[in-house]
Amino acid sequence: MQNKIFVGLFLWMAISVAHATLPIQYWQTAGGARVLFVENHDMPMIDFKVDFAAGSSSDIPAKSGLAGMTRHAMTLGAGGLSEDQVSGRLADIGAELGGDFDRDIAGFSLRTLSSEKDRAVDIFAKILQSPRFDEKILEREKARSIAQIRDAETNPGHIAEENFSRMLYGDHPYALKPEGEAEAIRSLTRQDVLDFYAAHYTAGREVIAIVGDISRHDAEAIASKLSEGFPPDATLPALPDVKAPDAAKVKSIENPSSQSHILIGYPGMTRDDPDYFPLFVGNYILGGGGFESRLINEVREKRGLAYSVYSYFLPLAKRGPFQIGLQTRKDQTGEALAIVRKTIDDFILKGPSDKELVAAKENIVGGFPLRIDSNRKIVDYLGMMGFYRLPLTYLDDFSKHVEKVTVSQIRDAFSRRIKSANMVTVVVGAGG
Amino acid sequence: MKRIRSAIFLLVFASPGILANPYMETLPNGLKVIVKEDNRAPVVVSQIWYKAGSLDEYNGTTGVAHALEHMMFKGTKKVPAGQFSKLIAAAGGQENAFTTQDYTAFFQELYKSRLPLAMRLESDRMSNLALSDKEFSKEIRVVMEERRMRTDDQPHALVYEKMMSVAFQNNPYRRPVIGWMGDLQNMKADDARAWYHRWYAPNNATLVVVGDVSHRDVFDLARKYYGRIKPVPLPPRKPQIEPEQVGIKRINIKAPANLPYILMGYHVPVLRDANHDREPYALDVLAGVLDGYDSARLEKALTRDDPVAVSVGASYDDTGRGPGIFEIDATPSQGKTAADVEAAIRDQIGKVVKEGVTDEELRRVKAQVTASHVFHRDSMFYQAMQIGQLESVGLSYKDVDVMLKKIGEVTAEEVREVAKKYLKDDGLTVAVLDPQPTKGESHAK
Repeated sequence: MQNKIFVGLFLWMAISVAHATLPIQYWQTAGGARVLFVENHDMPMIDFKVDFAAGSSSDIPAKSGLAGMTRHAMTLGAGGLSEDQVSGRLADIGAELGGDFDRDIAGFSLRTLSSEKDRAVDIFAKILQSPRFDEKILEREKARSIAQIRDAETNPGHIAEENFSRMLYGDHPYALKPEGEAEAIRSLTRQDVLDFYAAHYTAGREVIAIVGDISRHDAEAIASKLSEGFPPDATLPALPDVKAPDAAKVKSIENPSSQSHILIGYPGMTRDDPDYFPLFVGNYILGGGGFESRLINEVREKRGLAYSVYSYFLPLAKRGPFQIGLQTRKDQTGEALAIVRKTIDDFILKGPSDKELVAAKENIVGGFPLRIDSNRKIVDYLGMMGFYRLPLTYLDDFSKHVEKVTVSQIRDAFSRRIKSANMVTVVVGAGG
Repeated sequence: MKRIRSAIFLLVFASPGILANPYMETLPNGLKVIVKEDNRAPVVVSQIWYKAGSLDEYNGTTGVAHALEHMMFKGTKKVPAGQFSKLIAAAGGQENAFTTQDYTAFFQELYKSRLPLAMRLESDRMSNLALSDKEFSKEIRVVMEERRMRTDDQPHALVYEKMMSVAFQNNPYRRPVIGWMGDLQNMKADDARAWYHRWYAPNNATLVVVGDVSHRDVFDLARKYYGRIKPVPLPPRKPQIEPEQVGIKRINIKAPANLPYILMGYHVPVLRDANHDREPYALDVLAGVLDGYDSARLEKALTRDDPVAVSVGASYDDTGRGPGIFEIDATPSQGKTAADVEAAIRDQIGKVVKEGVTDEELRRVKAQVTASHVFHRDSMFYQAMQIGQLESVGLSYKDVDVMLKKIGEVTAEEVREVAKKYLKDDGLTVAVLDPQPTKGESHAK
């Protein structure tokens, strides 16, 4: 082990850059995993976040749910440890295991006291590198997953999301449900899981973010440990570009709920999108900014039609959804839809006012320190920056980019990118 | 977003071992100000906590505490409707509010130099709220939409609401924080006004500030902005003691779903005296043994070893102005019934009562509490929450250290004893979701 670490050290391409905002250190491990690290000894704790390019867009329709099942099953027994030993031993040292799963990413997070880091990392590495994928446990988890999928099928919000994704993405893998399809899950085999794991859990597809009470030297050793022993990187088919819908699609689905759940949207932007900042700042004004967005103002403040109404861009590797959502009493569905449509169309056509743009910048720039005021938030940013290969100066430049956005850039970006006439609309409930 | 239910598994954690920090001062008008200096990031969180929650409501106007929380954003004599949020946003701030059974709290998070703005605006709406009929009539519609979204269309939330309404006969915890829909439909601006004038006063509030600030500066600001507000005589609060339950209670709730769901609530005590009570700490550990980690007893027995449930959980909040409740909930697996799951849960409780808990489990739960105590300091918001909650439920911010120490002292025998004494049928309410499958029909237009 010591030898391996030493060899690893020698091979790393260490690029340390000092930054005004956060001193982010970056290097690659011998296997090719990207590592982002912020050393901070204010508290005796460390956060780790390890993400793989193995999200639900890695699935194929016939095996929809395989990516999620693989990620989940990795935590259920690994190395010499049974599933109960994995969670029991982490609990023994108060360590917290978590993680994310979305279209792009299958992620794992570990939070531990720095005094317990060796024991915590030891278990963490086993989860990543030697999952057992016990047959009996897989069968049990398949049944559990199918039951949960079936149960969600009656939830109006869930029904809306699912239909929205399908209508927005059609044949693109982004249409696939993160939790998968019940029928596909039923037919998954242990071999499917093993194959998926071997193809997708490789150092080249791995990003490691570390924040907290640990030295650079120890962080390097741990990053090395968390990225060794994976199968070699294989070439996988690249994720196709997203094709925008060429006509409006509207779907109305009956549900006994008291409210209609409404989603409207269009393929949005990528993480490294050249229009990122105009769209991001513009969306703050349209429906992203707290209590003062246009949508909140028109739908909630002026008319009392909804408690929650929002718009957001979810930036992904390919164009993630641009989504507007609200819930309103069924008999108000038509009225609410008309107001939301008018608000969106007006915004896309005319853009924001100078005053709105000033207000948006004041909030986004003035509130920047809140984005990185805890280790948790910082480790999430590091993971995101590493995964999407954003420049290490991303956080330093963030406010500058926001400041530079103009009214005409927003108008131009929205009108080019969001074809208002071709948006998809889902109404679950009735009265639409 | 605007309401937090306090029925989550909430262990309470200590502040760092620096004696002077946090700092506390009470203004002559009764406003308690607590400052915790934390210079890890150049930000500040400011929270004002009013000791007024749904516990203080009367029949017929349930939900008024929460409705008033919404109205606090609707303008004062000096700051018109919508301006509060605009000004905080322009300062780069985030803000919101939440109402529970025990309290109503409002908060802003900002760059550290913007604290005076938050204090000026927050103090203004403590005594100058406009509360116009026009704004109220719009906002109460928003509240009704919130109720539909959070409760009426959420089967599990409905089950929780019904369970609480049956478990408690006299104590106001029987009423939902958001209010019954009929009461919301009949609520008038005058109801909100009466509530505001009764409870919104410096002598019924605690201001908590955590962040990269000096406590002296914060005390100065508090005196400047809040000092002039006059205290009001607070109405007496009746204890509304819950009569002892003398037999199991059961309720069925029909709602759209595919799987059933079961929620079991047991009457239990909560902390009244952090130094001398022992049972609530034992109940904290019991909740941890049952559901504190993925292979804890309930999860292991019900979802792993012999799966009868898709999910299972146990929760207990050891603080609260009203009576305590220990909750266990579960969703049966496909083909299993709520009765199957209930039997399996009772089996696990029976094992604790009969055989007690192991030293390994005890150590494990305590290790988690100790680690969480450190982890939660990562969030300034959480630190402020902890202080405000304790102060608002009749405990002290100083009790955080006591509570951590006391949990560490819990013995295996104490855990067994509280399980035996409280997790028994006579004090149990069982609420079961009777799923009504839906047929979704869709058509494209």
